[in-house]
Amino acid sequence: MAIAKVMGTEVEYGITIKGDPDFDPISSCVLLVNAYREDHAGEILWDYDQENPLADARGFQVDGEKYTPNQQENIARNKTLVNGARYYVDHAHPEYSCPEVTNVRDLVIHEKAGERILEMSRREANALLPPPAQMLIYKNNSDRKGNSYGSHENYLMDRRTSFKQIVEHLMPFFVTRQIFCGAGKVGAENRSQAVDFQISQRADFFETEVALDTMVKRPIINTRDEPHADREKYRRLHVIVGDANLSEYTIYLRNGVTSLVLSMIEDGAIGKSLSLRDPVRAIKEVSHDPTCRSALQMDNGKRMSAVELQAAYLDMALAYTASGSTDPIVADVISKWEHALECLRRDPMELDGKIDWVMKKSMIESFMERKSLDWQSPQVEMLDLQYHDLRPDKGLYYLLERQGRAERIVDDAEISAAVRMPPQDTRAYFRGECLRKYGDAVFGVNWDSISFGVDGEPIKRILMAEPLKGTKAHVEELLESSPTAADLVKNLRA
Amino acid sequence: MHTTTTRQKSHADAAIAVIFSAAGSTQKQQPKKGGGEGGEADAKGPQKLAKKGKELKEDMDALVDEIDEVLEENAEEFVKNYVQRGGE
Repeated sequence: MAIAKVMGTEVEYGITIKGDPDFDPISSCVLLVNAYREDHAGEILWDYDQENPLADARGFQVDGEKYTPNQQENIARNKTLVNGARYYVDHAHPEYSCPEVTNVRDLVIHEKAGERILEMSRREANALLPPPAQMLIYKNNSDRKGNSYGSHENYLMDRRTSFKQIVEHLMPFFVTRQIFCGAGKVGAENRSQAVDFQISQRADFFETEVALDTMVKRPIINTRDEPHADREKYRRLHVIVGDANLSEYTIYLRNGVTSLVLSMIEDGAIGKSLSLRDPVRAIKEVSHDPTCRSALQMDNGKRMSAVELQAAYLDMALAYTASGSTDPIVADVISKWEHALECLRRDPMELDGKIDWVMKKSMIESFMERKSLDWQSPQVEMLDLQYHDLRPDKGLYYLLERQGRAERIVDDAEISAAVRMPPQDTRAYFRGECLRKYGDAVFGVNWDSISFGVDGEPIKRILMAEPLKGTKAHVEELLESSPTAADLVKNLRA
Repeated sequence: MHTTTTRQKSHADAAIAVIFSAAGSTQKQQPKKGGGEGGEADAKGPQKLAKKGKELKEDMDALVDEIDEVLEENAEEFVKNYVQRGGE
Protein backbone atom coordinates (compact mmCIF):
# COMPACT_ATOMS: atom_id res chain seq x y z
CA MET A 1 0.00 0.00 0.00
CA ALA A 2 1.54 3.27 -1.13
CA ILE A 3 2.56 5.49 1.76
CA ALA A 4 2.00 9.23 1.98
CA LYS A 5 4.37 10.98 -0.36
CA VAL A 6 6.04 13.34 2.03
CA MET A 7 8.37 15.41 -0.09
CA GLY A 8 10.79 18.29 -0.23
CA THR A 9 13.14 19.94 -2.69
CA GLU A 10 16.72 21.16 -2.35
CA VAL A 11 17.72 23.86 -4.80
CA GLU A 12 21.31 24.90 -5.44
CA TYR A 13 21.38 28.47 -6.70
CA GLY A 14 23.92 30.11 -9.00
CA ILE A 15 25.77 33.05 -7.48
CA THR A 16 27.90 35.77 -9.00
CA ILE A 17 29.22 39.18 -8.06
CA LYS A 18 28.80 41.65 -10.89
CA GLY A 19 31.75 44.00 -11.02
CA ASP A 20 34.11 41.51 -9.38
CA PRO A 21 35.20 38.72 -11.74
CA ASP A 22 37.59 37.29 -9.13
CA PHE A 23 35.00 36.89 -6.41
CA ASP A 24 35.24 33.86 -4.17
CA PRO A 25 31.99 31.91 -4.40
CA ILE A 26 32.30 30.17 -1.04
CA SER A 27 32.79 33.30 1.03
CA SER A 28 30.07 35.02 -1.02
CA CYS A 29 27.72 32.18 -0.13
CA VAL A 30 28.62 32.46 3.54
CA LEU A 31 27.96 36.19 3.39
CA LEU A 32 24.62 35.58 1.70
CA VAL A 33 23.38 32.91 4.05
CA ASN A 34 24.39 34.89 7.13
CA ALA A 35 22.76 38.04 5.79
CA TYR A 36 19.38 36.43 6.41
CA ARG A 37 18.57 37.12 10.02
CA GLU A 38 15.83 35.51 12.02
CA ASP A 39 14.91 36.39 15.57
CA HIS A 40 16.04 33.11 16.98
CA ALA A 41 19.36 33.11 15.14
CA GLY A 42 21.77 31.68 17.62
CA GLU A 43 24.81 29.55 17.08
CA ILE A 44 23.21 26.34 15.93
CA LEU A 45 25.05 23.42 14.41
CA TRP A 46 23.84 21.21 11.61
CA ASP A 47 24.09 17.79 13.19
CA TYR A 48 26.09 15.74 10.67
CA ASP A 49 26.52 12.87 13.08
CA GLN A 50 23.82 10.61 11.64
CA GLU A 51 24.44 11.48 8.02
CA ASN A 52 25.59 8.73 5.71
CA PRO A 53 25.99 9.93 2.15
CA LEU A 54 28.04 6.88 1.19
CA ALA A 55 25.26 4.37 1.74
CA ASP A 56 24.00 3.04 -1.58
CA ALA A 57 20.40 1.94 -2.03
CA ARG A 58 21.57 -1.14 -3.90
CA GLY A 59 22.73 -2.46 -0.56
CA PHE A 60 26.34 -1.55 0.09
CA GLN A 61 28.51 1.12 1.59
CA VAL A 62 31.05 2.97 -0.48
CA ASP A 63 34.49 3.58 0.96
CA GLY A 64 35.34 7.21 1.27
CA GLU A 65 35.82 10.34 3.25
CA LYS A 66 32.69 11.84 4.73
CA TYR A 67 33.00 15.59 4.80
CA THR A 68 32.12 17.24 8.12
CA PRO A 69 32.98 20.88 8.72
CA ASN A 70 34.43 21.97 12.06
CA GLN A 71 32.13 23.75 14.50
CA GLN A 72 32.91 27.31 13.42
CA GLU A 73 32.56 26.46 9.74
CA ASN A 74 29.39 24.53 10.51
CA ILE A 75 27.71 27.42 12.24
CA ALA A 76 28.76 29.85 9.54
CA ARG A 77 27.46 27.68 6.71
CA ASN A 78 24.25 26.24 8.10
CA LYS A 79 21.04 27.99 9.02
CA THR A 80 17.89 26.20 10.06
CA LEU A 81 14.91 28.47 9.78
CA VAL A 82 11.69 28.90 11.76
CA ASN A 83 9.71 27.62 8.77
CA GLY A 84 11.58 24.32 9.13
CA ALA A 85 13.82 24.85 6.11
CA ARG A 86 17.56 24.44 5.85
CA TYR A 87 19.45 27.29 4.21
CA TYR A 88 23.15 26.62 3.77
CA VAL A 89 26.30 26.64 1.75
CA ASP A 90 26.77 23.47 -0.30
CA HIS A 91 30.22 23.45 -1.93
CA ALA A 92 30.16 26.75 -3.80
CA HIS A 93 26.42 27.31 -3.99
CA PRO A 94 23.79 28.65 -1.66
CA GLU A 95 21.23 25.91 -1.17
CA TYR A 96 17.70 25.99 0.14
CA SER A 97 16.04 22.79 1.30
CA CYS A 98 12.40 23.41 1.96
CA PRO A 99 10.64 21.80 4.92
CA GLU A 100 8.86 18.48 4.50
CA VAL A 101 5.35 18.77 3.06
CA THR A 102 2.54 16.27 2.51
CA ASN A 103 1.16 17.57 -0.78
CA VAL A 104 2.31 19.22 -3.96
CA ARG A 105 0.47 22.48 -3.41
CA ASP A 106 2.42 23.05 -0.20
CA LEU A 107 5.54 22.04 -2.09
CA VAL A 108 5.00 24.86 -4.58
CA ILE A 109 4.38 27.32 -1.74
CA HIS A 110 7.51 26.33 0.15
CA GLU A 111 9.83 26.14 -2.82
CA LYS A 112 8.66 29.64 -3.78
CA ALA A 113 9.17 30.83 -0.20
CA GLY A 114 12.78 29.74 -0.69
CA GLU A 115 13.09 32.13 -3.63
CA ARG A 116 11.84 34.98 -1.43
CA ILE A 117 14.33 34.12 1.28
CA LEU A 118 17.19 33.99 -1.21
CA GLU A 119 16.16 37.38 -2.61
CA MET A 120 15.83 38.96 0.83
CA SER A 121 19.26 37.75 1.86
CA ARG A 122 20.70 38.91 -1.46
CA ARG A 123 19.49 42.43 -0.76
CA GLU A 124 20.93 42.37 2.75
CA ALA A 125 24.24 40.98 1.53
CA ASN A 126 24.45 43.64 -1.17
CA ALA A 127 24.24 46.37 1.42
CA LEU A 128 27.50 45.00 2.80
CA LEU A 129 29.37 44.84 -0.49
CA PRO A 130 31.49 47.79 -1.62
CA PRO A 131 29.95 49.41 -4.72
CA PRO A 132 29.91 48.78 -7.63
CA ALA A 133 30.02 45.12 -6.63
CA GLN A 134 26.57 43.59 -6.80
CA MET A 135 25.59 40.07 -5.80
CA LEU A 136 23.23 38.27 -8.16
CA ILE A 137 21.45 34.96 -7.64
CA TYR A 138 20.03 32.60 -10.27
CA LYS A 139 17.64 29.72 -9.90
CA ASN A 140 19.04 27.60 -12.71
CA ASN A 141 21.36 24.63 -13.32
CA SER A 142 24.03 25.56 -15.80
CA ASP A 143 26.60 28.25 -16.62
CA ARG A 144 27.18 27.40 -20.30
CA LYS A 145 30.80 26.62 -19.43
CA GLY A 146 30.29 22.94 -18.67
CA ASN A 147 29.40 23.33 -15.00
CA SER A 148 26.10 22.19 -13.58
CA TYR A 149 24.43 22.40 -10.19
CA GLY A 150 21.30 20.66 -9.09
CA SER A 151 17.69 21.05 -8.15
CA HIS A 152 16.84 17.91 -6.25
CA GLU A 153 13.56 16.37 -5.23
CA ASN A 154 12.99 14.02 -2.32
CA TYR A 155 10.11 11.60 -1.95
CA LEU A 156 9.29 9.35 0.98
CA MET A 157 8.78 5.75 -0.02
CA ASP A 158 8.00 2.44 1.60
CA ARG A 159 11.31 0.65 2.08
CA ARG A 160 9.77 -2.67 1.12
CA THR A 161 9.50 -1.55 -2.50
CA SER A 162 12.42 -3.10 -4.30
CA PHE A 163 14.95 -0.64 -5.61
CA LYS A 164 15.24 -2.69 -8.78
CA GLN A 165 11.52 -2.13 -9.45
CA ILE A 166 11.91 1.56 -8.77
CA VAL A 167 14.76 1.80 -11.29
CA GLU A 168 12.94 -0.16 -13.99
CA HIS A 169 9.70 1.80 -13.84
CA LEU A 170 11.15 5.19 -13.12
CA MET A 171 13.87 5.31 -15.76
CA PRO A 172 11.64 5.90 -18.82
CA PHE A 173 9.54 8.32 -16.78
CA PHE A 174 12.57 10.41 -15.80
CA VAL A 175 13.95 10.42 -19.34
CA THR A 176 10.68 11.84 -20.70
CA ARG A 177 9.03 13.96 -17.99
CA GLN A 178 11.18 16.92 -19.06
CA ILE A 179 8.62 17.64 -21.81
CA PHE A 180 6.46 19.22 -19.11
CA CYS A 181 9.18 19.91 -16.48
CA GLY A 182 12.13 21.28 -18.41
CA ALA A 183 13.38 24.83 -17.78
CA GLY A 184 14.78 25.29 -21.28
CA LYS A 185 18.30 26.10 -22.36
CA VAL A 186 20.03 27.88 -25.22
CA GLY A 187 22.79 25.74 -26.73
CA ALA A 188 24.33 22.43 -25.69
CA GLU A 189 27.03 21.41 -23.19
CA ASN A 190 29.25 18.66 -21.97
CA ARG A 191 30.31 17.50 -25.43
CA SER A 192 26.70 17.00 -26.53
CA GLN A 193 25.65 17.64 -30.09
CA ALA A 194 25.13 21.30 -30.86
CA VAL A 195 21.56 22.59 -30.73
CA ASP A 196 19.94 26.03 -30.79
CA PHE A 197 17.57 25.45 -27.91
CA GLN A 198 16.80 22.43 -25.81
CA ILE A 199 14.12 21.46 -23.31
CA SER A 200 16.22 20.66 -20.24
CA GLN A 201 19.03 22.53 -18.46
CA ARG A 202 20.41 19.28 -17.05
CA ALA A 203 19.97 16.61 -19.73
CA ASP A 204 23.43 17.08 -21.30
CA PHE A 205 25.08 16.35 -17.97
CA PHE A 206 23.74 12.85 -17.39
CA GLU A 207 26.27 10.17 -18.20
CA THR A 208 25.12 7.01 -16.42
CA GLU A 209 21.87 5.28 -15.61
CA VAL A 210 22.17 4.39 -11.93
CA ALA A 211 24.90 5.54 -9.53
CA LEU A 212 25.74 7.08 -6.18
CA ASP A 213 27.70 10.19 -7.22
CA THR A 214 25.90 13.47 -7.74
CA MET A 215 28.73 15.60 -9.07
CA VAL A 216 30.57 13.64 -11.75
CA LYS A 217 29.25 11.06 -14.21
CA ARG A 218 25.81 12.02 -13.03
CA PRO A 219 23.20 9.24 -12.98
CA ILE A 220 19.59 9.56 -14.09
CA ILE A 221 18.65 7.63 -10.99
CA ASN A 222 20.65 8.38 -7.87
CA THR A 223 21.15 5.63 -5.31
CA ARG A 224 21.86 7.77 -2.25
CA ASP A 225 20.30 6.01 0.72
CA GLU A 226 20.00 8.45 3.59
CA PRO A 227 16.38 8.28 4.72
CA HIS A 228 16.72 10.86 7.53
CA ALA A 229 13.94 8.80 9.04
CA ASP A 230 13.28 5.32 10.43
CA ARG A 231 15.40 3.29 8.04
CA GLU A 232 13.52 0.07 8.71
CA LYS A 233 10.39 1.60 7.27
CA TYR A 234 11.40 4.33 4.87
CA ARG A 235 13.35 5.15 1.81
CA ARG A 236 14.00 8.70 0.72
CA LEU A 237 14.23 8.69 -3.04
CA HIS A 238 16.76 11.38 -3.94
CA VAL A 239 16.06 12.69 -7.44
CA ILE A 240 18.75 14.71 -9.20
CA VAL A 241 17.51 14.62 -12.79
CA GLY A 242 15.23 17.67 -12.66
CA ASP A 243 15.67 21.29 -13.63
CA ALA A 244 15.28 24.33 -11.40
CA ASN A 245 11.80 25.60 -12.20
CA LEU A 246 10.31 29.05 -11.74
CA SER A 247 6.83 28.47 -13.13
CA GLU A 248 4.49 27.37 -10.33
CA TYR A 249 2.49 25.33 -12.85
CA THR A 250 5.65 23.46 -13.82
CA ILE A 251 6.77 22.81 -10.23
CA TYR A 252 3.25 21.55 -9.49
CA LEU A 253 3.30 19.10 -12.40
CA ARG A 254 6.85 18.02 -11.73
CA ASN A 255 6.34 16.97 -8.12
CA GLY A 256 2.67 16.12 -8.52
CA VAL A 257 3.09 13.66 -11.36
CA THR A 258 6.33 12.18 -10.00
CA SER A 259 4.86 11.49 -6.57
CA LEU A 260 1.85 9.84 -8.21
CA VAL A 261 4.06 7.60 -10.36
CA LEU A 262 6.02 6.62 -7.24
CA SER A 263 2.80 5.64 -5.47
CA MET A 264 1.90 3.55 -8.49
CA ILE A 265 5.27 1.80 -8.35
CA GLU A 266 4.75 1.09 -4.65
CA ASP A 267 1.34 -0.42 -5.40
CA GLY A 268 2.58 -2.48 -8.32
CA ALA A 269 0.36 -0.50 -10.68
CA ILE A 270 2.93 -0.06 -13.45
CA GLY A 271 1.97 -3.02 -15.59
CA LYS A 272 3.85 -2.19 -18.76
CA SER A 273 7.50 -2.48 -19.49
CA LEU A 274 8.48 0.81 -21.05
CA SER A 275 12.23 0.33 -20.84
CA LEU A 276 14.39 2.27 -23.24
CA ARG A 277 17.35 0.73 -25.05
CA ASP A 278 19.68 3.56 -24.03
CA PRO A 279 18.28 5.98 -21.44
CA VAL A 280 21.40 8.16 -21.30
CA ARG A 281 21.24 8.73 -25.03
CA ALA A 282 17.47 9.14 -24.97
CA ILE A 283 17.44 11.83 -22.29
CA LYS A 284 19.50 14.05 -24.57
CA GLU A 285 17.50 13.09 -27.62
CA VAL A 286 14.30 14.21 -25.89
CA SER A 287 15.89 17.41 -24.65
CA HIS A 288 17.31 18.35 -28.04
CA ASP A 289 13.92 18.03 -29.73
CA PRO A 290 11.55 20.89 -28.80
CA THR A 291 8.94 19.47 -31.20
CA CYS A 292 8.71 16.44 -28.88
CA ARG A 293 8.26 14.10 -31.83
CA SER A 294 11.52 12.18 -31.79
CA ALA A 295 10.88 8.41 -31.67
CA LEU A 296 12.95 6.77 -28.95
CA GLN A 297 14.32 3.25 -29.22
CA MET A 298 12.70 0.91 -26.70
CA ASP A 299 14.17 -2.30 -25.36
CA ASN A 300 11.38 -4.30 -26.98
CA GLY A 301 12.41 -3.13 -30.46
CA LYS A 302 9.60 -0.62 -30.88
CA ARG A 303 9.88 3.15 -30.95
CA MET A 304 7.85 5.60 -28.90
CA SER A 305 8.00 9.37 -28.60
CA ALA A 306 8.37 11.07 -25.22
CA VAL A 307 4.73 12.16 -25.42
CA GLU A 308 3.59 8.58 -26.11
CA LEU A 309 5.65 7.27 -23.22
CA GLN A 310 4.20 9.83 -20.83
CA ALA A 311 0.73 9.02 -22.18
CA ALA A 312 1.34 5.37 -21.27
CA TYR A 313 2.06 6.43 -17.68
CA LEU A 314 -1.01 8.67 -17.70
CA ASP A 315 -3.22 5.80 -18.87
CA MET A 316 -2.00 3.67 -16.00
CA ALA A 317 -2.55 6.57 -13.61
CA LEU A 318 -6.14 6.96 -14.81
CA ALA A 319 -6.76 3.28 -14.19
CA TYR A 320 -5.02 3.50 -10.80
CA THR A 321 -7.23 6.35 -9.63
CA ALA A 322 -10.46 5.15 -11.29
CA SER A 323 -11.80 3.27 -8.30
CA GLY A 324 -12.42 5.02 -5.02
CA SER A 325 -12.19 8.70 -4.24
CA THR A 326 -9.07 10.50 -5.32
CA ASP A 327 -7.52 13.33 -3.37
CA PRO A 328 -8.62 16.58 -5.10
CA ILE A 329 -5.03 17.78 -5.55
CA VAL A 330 -4.05 14.48 -7.18
CA ALA A 331 -7.12 14.71 -9.42
CA ASP A 332 -6.11 18.22 -10.43
CA VAL A 333 -2.54 17.11 -11.15
CA ILE A 334 -3.81 14.33 -13.40
CA SER A 335 -6.11 16.72 -15.23
CA LYS A 336 -3.27 19.17 -15.88
CA TRP A 337 -0.93 16.35 -16.90
CA GLU A 338 -3.52 15.16 -19.40
CA HIS A 339 -3.97 18.68 -20.74
CA ALA A 340 -0.21 19.12 -21.07
CA LEU A 341 0.16 15.93 -23.10
CA GLU A 342 -2.71 16.93 -25.38
CA CYS A 343 -1.02 20.25 -26.08
CA LEU A 344 2.36 18.61 -26.60
CA ARG A 345 0.82 16.28 -29.15
CA ARG A 346 -0.53 19.18 -31.20
CA ASP A 347 2.00 21.94 -30.66
CA PRO A 348 4.15 22.31 -27.53
CA MET A 349 3.97 26.09 -27.82
CA GLU A 350 0.33 25.84 -26.69
CA LEU A 351 1.81 25.42 -23.21
CA ASP A 352 3.11 28.98 -23.20
CA GLY A 353 2.23 30.46 -19.83
CA LYS A 354 2.35 27.08 -18.12
CA ILE A 355 5.65 25.29 -18.69
CA ASP A 356 9.02 26.96 -18.15
CA TRP A 357 10.82 25.77 -21.32
CA VAL A 358 7.93 26.81 -23.55
CA MET A 359 7.62 30.21 -21.87
CA LYS A 360 11.33 30.80 -22.24
CA LYS A 361 11.41 29.69 -25.88
CA SER A 362 8.39 31.81 -26.74
CA MET A 363 9.87 34.86 -25.04
CA ILE A 364 13.24 34.45 -26.75
CA GLU A 365 11.69 33.87 -30.17
CA SER A 366 9.57 37.02 -29.86
CA PHE A 367 12.67 38.97 -28.93
CA MET A 368 14.76 37.44 -31.73
CA GLU A 369 12.11 38.21 -34.34
CA ARG A 370 11.67 41.81 -33.30
CA LYS A 371 15.40 42.49 -33.04
CA SER A 372 16.56 40.28 -35.94
CA LEU A 373 18.84 38.18 -33.76
CA ASP A 374 19.80 34.53 -34.00
CA TRP A 375 20.30 31.80 -31.43
CA GLN A 376 24.01 32.57 -31.13
CA SER A 377 23.52 36.23 -30.21
CA PRO A 378 24.82 37.27 -26.78
CA GLN A 379 21.44 38.83 -25.94
CA VAL A 380 19.78 35.48 -26.52
CA GLU A 381 22.24 33.85 -24.10
CA MET A 382 21.51 36.66 -21.68
CA LEU A 383 17.75 36.07 -21.96
CA ASP A 384 18.37 32.41 -21.13
CA LEU A 385 20.19 33.39 -17.96
CA GLN A 386 18.08 36.36 -16.92
CA TYR A 387 14.92 34.25 -17.02
CA HIS A 388 16.27 32.77 -13.77
CA ASP A 389 17.37 36.03 -12.09
CA LEU A 390 15.79 36.29 -8.65
CA ARG A 391 15.41 40.06 -8.62
CA PRO A 392 11.66 40.70 -8.94
CA ASP A 393 12.24 43.79 -11.09
CA LYS A 394 14.82 42.17 -13.41
CA GLY A 395 14.10 38.44 -13.46
CA LEU A 396 12.38 37.59 -16.74
CA TYR A 397 10.16 34.86 -15.29
CA TYR A 398 8.88 37.44 -12.80
CA LEU A 399 8.34 39.88 -15.63
CA LEU A 400 6.16 37.33 -17.42
CA GLU A 401 4.29 36.69 -14.19
CA ARG A 402 3.73 40.41 -13.65
CA GLN A 403 2.35 40.71 -17.18
CA GLY A 404 -0.17 37.93 -16.60
CA ARG A 405 1.78 35.56 -18.87
CA ALA A 406 2.42 32.91 -16.23
CA GLU A 407 -0.38 30.75 -14.90
CA ARG A 408 -0.13 30.46 -11.16
CA ILE A 409 -1.10 27.73 -8.72
CA VAL A 410 -0.70 29.53 -5.40
CA ASP A 411 -0.73 33.19 -4.36
CA ASP A 412 1.71 35.66 -2.86
CA ALA A 413 -0.01 35.70 0.54
CA GLU A 414 0.51 31.96 0.93
CA ILE A 415 4.14 32.23 -0.13
CA SER A 416 4.93 35.08 2.20
CA ALA A 417 3.32 33.24 5.13
CA ALA A 418 5.53 30.24 4.38
CA VAL A 419 8.66 32.37 4.71
CA ARG A 420 8.14 32.26 8.48
CA MET A 421 5.71 29.45 9.14
CA PRO A 422 6.38 25.73 8.83
CA PRO A 423 3.89 23.28 7.29
CA GLN A 424 1.53 22.12 10.00
CA ASP A 425 1.30 18.49 9.02
CA THR A 426 4.86 17.18 9.16
CA ARG A 427 7.74 17.10 11.66
CA ALA A 428 8.87 20.41 10.11
CA TYR A 429 6.30 21.96 12.42
CA PHE A 430 8.07 20.72 15.53
CA ARG A 431 11.47 21.76 14.18
CA GLY A 432 10.34 25.25 13.19
CA GLU A 433 8.38 25.91 16.36
CA CYS A 434 11.25 24.71 18.55
CA LEU A 435 13.56 27.13 16.78
CA ARG A 436 11.09 29.96 17.11
CA LYS A 437 10.35 29.30 20.76
CA TYR A 438 13.60 27.93 22.16
CA GLY A 439 16.15 29.21 19.62
CA ASP A 440 18.71 30.16 22.28
CA ALA A 441 18.69 26.69 23.74
CA VAL A 442 18.98 24.78 20.46
CA PHE A 443 22.41 23.20 20.05
CA GLY A 444 22.05 21.28 16.80
CA VAL A 445 19.51 20.27 14.19
CA ASN A 446 19.11 17.69 11.45
CA TRP A 447 16.08 16.57 9.49
CA ASP A 448 15.36 13.80 11.98
CA SER A 449 16.54 15.26 15.26
CA ILE A 450 16.89 18.41 17.32
CA SER A 451 19.28 18.84 20.24
CA PHE A 452 19.06 21.17 23.18
CA GLY A 453 21.78 22.50 25.42
CA VAL A 454 20.16 23.35 28.73
CA ASP A 455 21.93 24.94 31.67
CA GLY A 456 25.27 23.17 31.45
CA GLU A 457 23.57 19.77 31.25
CA PRO A 458 24.61 17.21 28.66
CA ILE A 459 23.09 17.87 25.23
CA LYS A 460 19.68 16.27 24.84
CA ARG A 461 18.94 15.00 21.35
CA ILE A 462 15.29 14.49 20.49
CA LEU A 463 14.78 12.01 17.68
CA MET A 464 12.20 12.68 15.00
CA ALA A 465 12.35 9.53 12.92
CA GLU A 466 8.76 9.78 11.69
CA PRO A 467 8.20 12.51 9.10
CA LEU A 468 4.47 12.56 9.87
CA LYS A 469 4.86 12.92 13.63
CA GLY A 470 5.64 16.25 15.28
CA THR A 471 2.76 17.93 13.49
CA LYS A 472 0.75 20.77 14.96
CA ALA A 473 -1.93 18.30 16.04
CA HIS A 474 0.68 16.20 17.83
CA VAL A 475 2.77 18.80 19.59
CA GLU A 476 0.84 22.06 19.94
CA GLU A 477 -0.26 21.28 23.46
CA LEU A 478 3.18 20.03 24.45
CA LEU A 479 4.79 23.23 23.17
CA GLU A 480 2.20 25.40 24.88
CA SER A 481 2.82 23.71 28.18
CA SER A 482 6.61 24.04 27.87
CA PRO A 483 7.70 27.66 28.31
CA THR A 484 11.39 26.71 28.16
CA ALA A 485 13.50 24.06 26.47
CA ALA A 486 14.14 22.50 29.88
CA ASP A 487 10.37 22.16 30.33
CA LEU A 488 10.06 20.61 26.88
CA VAL A 489 12.70 17.99 27.60
CA LYS A 490 11.14 17.26 30.97
CA ASN A 491 7.64 16.96 29.47
CA LEU A 492 8.86 14.68 26.70
CA ARG A 493 10.34 12.36 29.30
CA ALA A 494 7.15 12.25 31.34
CA MET B 1 11.40 40.21 23.62
CA HIS B 2 14.05 42.91 23.36
CA THR B 3 13.84 45.77 20.91
CA THR B 4 16.51 44.50 18.48
CA THR B 5 14.48 41.46 17.56
CA THR B 6 11.31 43.51 17.08
CA ARG B 7 13.21 45.83 14.80
CA GLN B 8 14.68 42.92 12.85
CA LYS B 9 11.25 41.38 12.45
CA SER B 10 9.61 44.56 11.18
CA HIS B 11 12.61 45.12 8.93
CA ALA B 12 12.09 41.67 7.47
CA ASP B 13 8.37 42.41 7.08
CA ALA B 14 9.16 45.61 5.22
CA ALA B 15 11.57 43.72 2.98
CA ILE B 16 8.90 41.15 2.14
CA ALA B 17 6.36 43.92 1.40
CA VAL B 18 8.78 45.71 -0.95
CA ILE B 19 9.53 42.53 -2.85
CA PHE B 20 5.89 41.65 -3.26
CA SER B 21 4.80 45.09 -4.36
CA ALA B 22 7.57 45.03 -6.97
CA ALA B 23 6.37 41.63 -8.12
CA GLY B 24 2.87 42.95 -8.80
CA SER B 25 -0.63 41.84 -7.96
CA THR B 26 -1.40 38.90 -5.75
CA GLN B 27 -4.27 37.81 -7.92
CA LYS B 28 -4.01 34.58 -9.79
CA GLN B 29 -3.33 35.61 -13.36
CA GLN B 30 -4.40 33.87 -16.49
CA PRO B 31 -1.91 33.95 -19.32
CA LYS B 32 -2.75 36.25 -22.21
CA LYS B 33 -3.75 34.14 -25.15
CA GLY B 34 -4.13 35.36 -28.70
CA GLY B 35 -6.13 32.44 -30.14
CA GLY B 36 -9.44 33.72 -31.44
CA GLU B 37 -12.66 31.89 -32.10
CA GLY B 38 -12.37 31.54 -35.89
CA GLY B 39 -14.87 29.74 -38.06
CA GLU B 40 -17.36 32.59 -38.50
CA ALA B 41 -18.61 32.75 -42.04
CA ASP B 42 -19.58 36.42 -42.06
CA ALA B 43 -18.04 39.17 -44.17
CA LYS B 44 -16.19 40.58 -41.19
CA GLY B 45 -14.04 37.39 -40.86
CA PRO B 46 -10.85 38.56 -42.57
CA GLN B 47 -11.07 41.96 -40.86
CA LYS B 48 -11.36 40.28 -37.49
CA LEU B 49 -8.34 38.13 -38.19
CA ALA B 50 -6.31 41.11 -39.30
CA LYS B 51 -7.30 42.95 -36.13
CA LYS B 52 -6.36 39.91 -34.06
CA GLY B 53 -3.03 39.70 -35.85
CA LYS B 54 -2.38 43.36 -35.10
CA GLU B 55 -3.26 42.86 -31.44
CA LEU B 56 -0.93 39.91 -31.21
CA LYS B 57 1.88 41.91 -32.76
CA GLU B 58 1.29 44.80 -30.39
CA ASP B 59 1.19 42.37 -27.53
CA MET B 60 4.50 40.88 -28.58
CA ASP B 61 6.00 44.32 -29.07
CA ALA B 62 4.90 45.31 -25.57
CA LEU B 63 6.61 42.24 -24.14
CA VAL B 64 9.82 42.84 -26.06
CA ASP B 65 9.86 46.49 -24.96
CA GLU B 66 9.50 45.49 -21.33
CA ILE B 67 12.27 42.94 -21.62
CA ASP B 68 14.49 45.46 -23.35
CA GLU B 69 14.14 47.80 -20.42
CA VAL B 70 15.47 45.30 -17.90
CA LEU B 71 17.81 43.12 -19.96
CA GLU B 72 21.44 43.32 -18.91
CA GLU B 73 23.14 45.85 -21.16
CA ASN B 74 26.55 44.25 -21.49
CA ALA B 75 25.16 40.86 -22.40
CA GLU B 76 28.27 39.43 -24.02
CA GLU B 77 30.57 40.31 -21.13
CA PHE B 78 28.08 39.30 -18.48
CA VAL B 79 27.43 35.90 -19.97
CA LYS B 80 31.17 35.35 -20.45
CA ASN B 81 31.80 36.16 -16.77
CA TYR B 82 29.02 33.96 -15.43
CA VAL B 83 30.97 30.91 -14.28
CA GLN B 84 29.89 28.51 -11.54
CA ARG B 85 31.61 25.73 -9.67
CA GLY B 86 30.13 22.32 -10.27
CA GLY B 87 27.52 21.39 -7.70
CA GLU B 88 25.40 18.36 -7.04
